[in-house]
Amino acid sequence: MNRRSRAGAALLSLAVVAGLAACTSAAEQEPGAAVTLDYWLWDDNQKASYQQCADAFHTANPNITIKISQAAWNEYWQNLTTQIAAGDAPDVWTNQGSYYPQFVSSGQILDIQPFVDADKVDLSQYQGGLADLFTKDGQRFGLPKDWDTMALVYNTEHLKTQGIDAAGLADLTWNPTDGGTFEQAIAKATVDEKGRNGLDPAFDKTKVKVFGFLPEWADGSQGQNGWGNLAASNGFTYLDKNPWGTQYKYDDPKLAQTIDWFKSLSAKGYAPALDKASTLSRDSLLNAGKGAITFAGSWMINSYLGEGAKLKFAFAPLPAGPQGRKTAINGLSDAIWSGTKHKDEAWKWVKFLGSADCQNIVGGNGVVFPAIKSASEKALAAHTGKGRDVKVFVDEAAAPGGTFFVPITEHGNEVSQIVQDAIQAAILGQTDSATSLKKANDQVNALFK
Amino acid sequence: MSATKPRDDRRAAWWFLAPVLVGFAVFYGYPAARGVWYSLTDYTMLNTPSYVGTENYAKLFADQKFWNSMLVTAWYVVLNIGSQTLLALGIASLMHRLTRSVVLRATLLLPWLVPNVTIGLLWMWLLDTNLGFVNQLLHTFGMDPIGFFTDETWAMPTVAGINTWAYTGYTALLLYAGMLQIPQYLYEGASIDGAGEWRMFRRITLPLLRPVLALVLVVSMIGSFQIFDTIAVTTKGGPVAATQVIYYFIYQQAFKYFHMGYAAAAAICLALILGLLTAIQMRMLRASRSDLA
Repeated sequence: MNRRSRAGAALLSLAVVAGLAACTSAAEQEPGAAVTLDYWLWDDNQKASYQQCADAFHTANPNITIKISQAAWNEYWQNLTTQIAAGDAPDVWTNQGSYYPQFVSSGQILDIQPFVDADKVDLSQYQGGLADLFTKDGQRFGLPKDWDTMALVYNTEHLKTQGIDAAGLADLTWNPTDGGTFEQAIAKATVDEKGRNGLDPAFDKTKVKVFGFLPEWADGSQGQNGWGNLAASNGFTYLDKNPWGTQYKYDDPKLAQTIDWFKSLSAKGYAPALDKASTLSRDSLLNAGKGAITFAGSWMINSYLGEGAKLKFAFAPLPAGPQGRKTAINGLSDAIWSGTKHKDEAWKWVKFLGSADCQNIVGGNGVVFPAIKSASEKALAAHTGKGRDVKVFVDEAAAPGGTFFVPITEHGNEVSQIVQDAIQAAILGQTDSATSLKKANDQVNALFK
Repeated sequence: MSATKPRDDRRAAWWFLAPVLVGFAVFYGYPAARGVWYSLTDYTMLNTPSYVGTENYAKLFADQKFWNSMLVTAWYVVLNIGSQTLLALGIASLMHRLTRSVVLRATLLLPWLVPNVTIGLLWMWLLDTNLGFVNQLLHTFGMDPIGFFTDETWAMPTVAGINTWAYTGYTALLLYAGMLQIPQYLYEGASIDGAGEWRMFRRITLPLLRPVLALVLVVSMIGSFQIFDTIAVTTKGGPVAATQVIYYFIYQQAFKYFHMGYAAAAAICLALILGLLTAIQMRMLRASRSDLA
């Protein structure tokens, strides 16, 4: 490098540094100036609806702009944690039960109780119990935005040809001993290659063409897509208290009975055994005509009843167990980062997200059921308008004593893996259900010591 | 001639090495040092890391899941490296002795060019128990379906098989390049003396290929220990923990449970084990010396 080019390089680097400095000074905030809030969510189906909310909010508060970012589920939580670690988290983000406790315990979520008190937010407008999921020791870490419940989804054509009355599906019963009328329906919906159904004495369980029931075994510690609902209807409860319990009860024999019943379905050929199960999602299998009935969450409505579905499907209520009909109900909330520079603006946005103004917009698009009861009605009406019968989800949510919340505790992800492994081990026959679940329960509870 | 002192190039050499050294220091050296530090702390990404001594390591050595994942990984490496090296050797000698078609060589590389995630998804559909092509084939031959990814005995061989499919072509090409260095006259001489192909392979190809084979083994074994993407796409470590390899274990600890310190400790252990294995291999195969010299 000769002297001239050296000087040139020095000048060039100076210019770069100066440019950088210019950038940072431009980004500095002046008081009273326009504020941009970062808002994160993971569901691409919902992005458009929340953009509508953001636009409405911006019209009402011209000095606040909402910038929405969306990332897929796994990346969402990794990015969020990394950004928080880097001290540059979004001002407001969408929260969910199994991930949010760690943010609470590390003090990353702003307690909004003072704001709620000051602005007198009506917490009774939300679906029962949802608002309480996001509280701890008198502090509040979010306002509920939506909820989901579970139902049975079935292939209408297949059940009709098998002679199963659709109306009869509305009041199925279940018990862990003989499976009740639910198992009868599953057996009847199972068809072997010779066209015999599962109740036929000549039924060949090694050559099944259509399985009556498709179980979900990668279902974490909650069994929201299957065993959790039936276990709850058998009298099982996950925890000493929810949210924020510290003592799990996976060793409850009522859960083991439920798992054993699922195992018996596979043994009878009514459901694929885990080691012969598909790795593809249950809706692909239903669409391929390989299964007749399974559990579906209300977030799956558009997959089963939308234009993408290859076959005709319909929803039916969950079967009623010994303790009645029980569906898992789960909800999301919006949280404010405790490190945000714009606390008041962020609260305004969260309050708007939790208000009827925004939730009616979201409900009107029929994507999810909003947390506010009246907005849920709007979502139901939107679905009915499109000719989709999804009333079961709303009815189940409204039934007194018919719902249970999925557990919200510390160590959610570890609990999830331990319990899922234990249940898979039981289903694969490595150990019996009771032993496997007892061991898992000890491991889970050891996490809280 | 003797008057001119040989120029000392060492100063100039540093300038030429600098770009690589800087890159190495910034992208490998510094992160590795940070990794060692994190492995001695209780870092969770959300807290300020504080020093906990060797607690992570003590916990790790008592962790059944860690040892299980080590075993599972070893099983995978045996399956994968075994099948991959044997197949690649066979293909490479076929190419060497039978055909030298460029098209064929390029075709062999095709699976290696496909991104691993795509490969995982592709095979997941092909091998699916209910909808997969392979099981339909088995069915037409009157066989029972196999849960390639969901049966605990099949899951790991399936994953190993997929990666063997993906990497054999590449390995074969490396070995083939090594075979090209073996002088042709040796084969001519041997065939005049009446040696068959098999004998030439054993007596000429294998011994003279040794340094290349050693390098290929070391590199592919390190790569094999790092199996992650195929498992993350297909089995996610299941069923139960049948395919929970060490990298997946580290990933879960770090990015699902956010136990950064613990994951760092596991990663350091893995690096030490890999270093040790490499040293042993290099030694045993006398990789730095060639019989051709």
